[in-house]
Formats: sequence, structure tokens, C-alpha cells
Amino acid sequence: MIEQRKSAKAFPHIMLWISILIIIFPIYFVFVASTRTSAEILAAPMPIYPGPHLIENYGRALTEGAKNLGASAFTMMKNSFIMAMGISIGKIVVSLLAAFAIVFFNFPGRKFCFWAIFITLMLPVEVRIMPTYKVISDLGMINTYAGLILPMIVSATAVFLFRQFFMSVPREIAEASQIDGASSMQFFRRILVPMTRTPIAAMFVIQFIYGWNQYLWPLLITTKQEYYTLLIGINRMLSGADVMIEWQIVMATVLLALIPPVLVVIIMQKQFVAGMTDTEK
Amino acid sequence: MAKQYEFRSKGLPYLLILPQMIVVFLFFFWPSAQAIWQSFFLQDPFGGRVIFVGFENYQKLFADPDYWASFRVSVAFAAAITISAMTIALFLAIQTNKKIRFGSFYKTMMIWPYAVATMVAGVLWLFMFNPNIGVVAWLLKYKLGINWDYLLNSNQAFLLLTIAASWKQISYNFVFFLAGLQSVPLPLVEAAAIDGAGPVKRFWTIIFPLLSPTTFYLLVMNLVYGFFETFPIVHQVTAGGPGKATQILVYKVWRDGVVNLDLGGSSAQSVILMIMVIALTVVQFRFIERKVTY
Repeated sequence: MIEQRKSAKAFPHIMLWISILIIIFPIYFVFVASTRTSAEILAAPMPIYPGPHLIENYGRALTEGAKNLGASAFTMMKNSFIMAMGISIGKIVVSLLAAFAIVFFNFPGRKFCFWAIFITLMLPVEVRIMPTYKVISDLGMINTYAGLILPMIVSATAVFLFRQFFMSVPREIAEASQIDGASSMQFFRRILVPMTRTPIAAMFVIQFIYGWNQYLWPLLITTKQEYYTLLIGINRMLSGADVMIEWQIVMATVLLALIPPVLVVIIMQKQFVAGMTDTEK
Repeated sequence: MAKQYEFRSKGLPYLLILPQMIVVFLFFFWPSAQAIWQSFFLQDPFGGRVIFVGFENYQKLFADPDYWASFRVSVAFAAAITISAMTIALFLAIQTNKKIRFGSFYKTMMIWPYAVATMVAGVLWLFMFNPNIGVVAWLLKYKLGINWDYLLNSNQAFLLLTIAASWKQISYNFVFFLAGLQSVPLPLVEAAAIDGAGPVKRFWTIIFPLLSPTTFYLLVMNLVYGFFETFPIVHQVTAGGPGKATQILVYKVWRDGVVNLDLGGSSAQSVILMIMVIALTVVQFRFIERKVTY
């Protein structure tokens, strides 16, 4: 920037490398554990370099899971994926429609709807778990994908992001499309949604990660193994005494739970950063 | 301002907003109303009798030393996370913003932990610090002579939770601080440099004040994270223990409701938490409206 001393130049690199090592450090040990046998891990300290059991451990995790679990990582990945996709796509669709109504129409009750959505902005599900659980159980949605997904679609952030974007769209476009004989829904589908693709992509990244990483909610409403998500499976495998835990399988599952959302962030980093810093305003 | 063009239709806007309103009412307003309603009743956990008790659930809560202990540990936990995660993130964002080589590589490396689930962050650190098998725990115990067992020592449990929760939150703060730093106008900084202000002075008199909207936003978001979103880490790593030493408020709501089946007490706690979040949200929006100090 302004000063260019030699020592000043090296300093940021050194600090950043130290922090990168700290960030990677725990994940490295998880990886090492996932290539070792249970006995090697239990005979603390475990060796600090990878062992030869990588394929064996991941194979077992994916096809059958740990002995005390009764669900394979493959099934759990499928459930996590369905939940993440359901939440992200559901939220985007519902929010696009709501934002379209709020910005492009004038109807009695618009203000009320806006405030009703606004008030949900920051309230996490953690603070109203019991009554939400009761609603889901009254609707017969325990151990269903609908039960996993629907309550997580409540959130104002996506509505606000889209509303903000829609308000920046020149109204002449809407007017022109009407003059050309397009209906409002045709305008929405053919013009507005394609224009919104960047905010939609950003929202998708954020919501996919949010959905994939849900913990408390699936913990409450999945009691059958076939609906366990990866995080719930990990929790169940870790309950019990240390010596009974098949650490190598748990750690393989941990990496399987960690890699997909991390890849999404790395691949779509630009959209992700833009989406995060935009929802703030 | 001229009247904005709007579509005309009687029914369509209602149809469009209906799905959002259904989820909001079914999964937000209805449960919230239920929580308020239930907080005034005493419920027999085995079904059957429900007795109206007025504010008794709240009175019991406020008279309960466990609740206040839980309150204190939540505040301490949220504060510890907020301070450590924000300071470290700001420091790293400043380093990354120095127009150094490999800047974008560093940026990616700092950002990706955001994608790690809070619960997984807990497992990562739990595995290293597990008193029986953890590699770091072994190092602490047998090489440094520290009596490490977070399952028995509540300070160690608190420390481990704070490290795990901050580890994950740094990347979130980093994204915002870096965006904030990148929008600081360079001519301003250069002018100060020409006038003889050193790097430290430039930071405190120019850059930090310009960052204040970001800092305030993050302050609120980190407190919300520390208070409410750290449930997975606590549940997985310490289960509120040893004893009740790390039982944060959200964990207590869960334990009293799901495990102890005390619906009235759990609902009263939910209501108090809701009031806290709403207060934080209001503070946040009033502040953003005024667009902060400079």
C-alpha cells in the first residue's frame, strides 16, 4: 500500500499461514483418523500421519455405517441433500413470489404482509422449538421430508434480498411488457426471474449451506434411521462410551458431511460473498 | 416522486404471497403464540391435566438459581465468542487487504470454514481434545503436565466450546470486514500518510471509524450466534456439562422441554428468548437507519 519495508512485506504472509494451519489442523486429524483402525485411535496418541485403511473405512461408512447406528452414510447423505435442496429451492421460490407481490402490486393488506414477514427476520427456530415441534406432529409430519423442510423455509432474508433487487428494476420494463400484451406472470417468468439470476445464485449458496447444516430441527423430528441426516448420524454414533465408538467410521462420516458445503462455497465463492454482504443492508 | 408503475389485479397478489404467509403463520406466528399461551400453564407431562397458573412459570424461572447461572454462562459465552472471533477476523482481513501476492488464495482459505456445520466444528475440536484419545489432550497431559479433562473441569469445557464456536465464526466476520476494508477510499488513507500519520494512527483515525457500520452489524450478529446458534456445539461437546456449567439458555430450553417435558417452563424460557432476539433486531435496525457515526 504505502510503506514498503521488507519486514512489513513478510508479516501478513506469516500471519496468514499460521491461521491457515490453525484452520486446517483439526480437519487434518479427522482425515488421519478416517484412515486408521479403531484400535490405533484408541491407543492414544494416534499416529499423526495417514494410515492404509482409507478405502476400507469410507467403504464401510458409506455402505453400512457404524455398528451402533443402523444407517449408512449414503442414506444420510441423500437425506441431507434432499433437506438442503428442499430448503434452498423452497425458500427461493416462495420468496420470489412474495417479493414480486409486494413490489409490483398494490393491494390492501400489503403493509400488513410486509410486516408479518419482516418480524420473522432474525428469530431462529431454536427459541420456539417445542411449539413448532407440536405443529409438525399435529400435521403428522414427524419423520417426513416435508417436516424436515417446511419450518426451515420461514425466513425473511430471501424476501428482503429479492425485494431490494426488484425495487432497483426500472418500472418501464414492466410497463413495456404490459403494453406488448404480456401478463404479469409472463413478465415475472420471462423477464424478472432471468434478471434476478445473480441474487438467486447467491441465495442458493447460502440456503444450501444453511439447510445441509441444520442440526436441532432434524434432531427433534427424525426418530427413524432412514430419515437421519449426516449430522444426526454423527451425533448418534458418538453417544456412548469412548471405547464403544467406532471413531474411524465417525471421522469418515464427518468428512463426508463437511466436503459438499465446503465445495459449494469454494466453487461459488463470488456469489456467496456478494449474497452475504447484500442481505445485510 | 412520480407514482411507480404497478400491475393491476384483484386476486393475483394474494395468491402470490399466500405460500409465504402460510409458512410464516404455520411455523412462526402459531408456534410463537403457542409458546406464549403455554407459558401461562402447568402441564402434566403424561397428557391430561392442564392448569392455568398465570405468571407462575416466569416467577419460578426468575427464582431459580439454575436459570440465572444459565443466563450468566450464556452472556459470558456470547461475549467470549464475539470478542475473539471479531478481533481475529479483523486482524486477518487487514492482512489479506494489504494487496499482497496470493491474496485471493488467502481469502478462499479464510472463507471456507463458514460452510462447516456448527455441530461438525464441535466434533472437530472434541476429537482433538477428548481426554482419552485426543491428540492435543495427550500433548497437554503428558508433555505439558496440564491436567486436561473438559468433562470434569468447567473452565476447560467453557474454553473448548469458545474455541470451537469462534473457529467457525471467524470466516463469517472475515467476509464482512474484508468487504468493509475494500470500500475504504484509498486517497483518504494516502493523504493521511502524506501528512505523516503512521499505520497504527491511520487505522484508528480513518479506517476503523469507516468500518463502524460493519463492526456494529457484526457485533449484533455475533451475539445472536453466540446466544442462539451455538446449541449444536454445546449439545455435542459438553451436553451442558460438567454438571450444568456450560448449560446455555438455548440448551436449557431444549433440555427442559424435550428431556424433562416441562412444557410450561420451557415455553416461558422461549418467550424470554424471543423478547431478547426482537430487542436485538430493533436495536440493529434503528442503528442501520441512522447509518452510523461518520
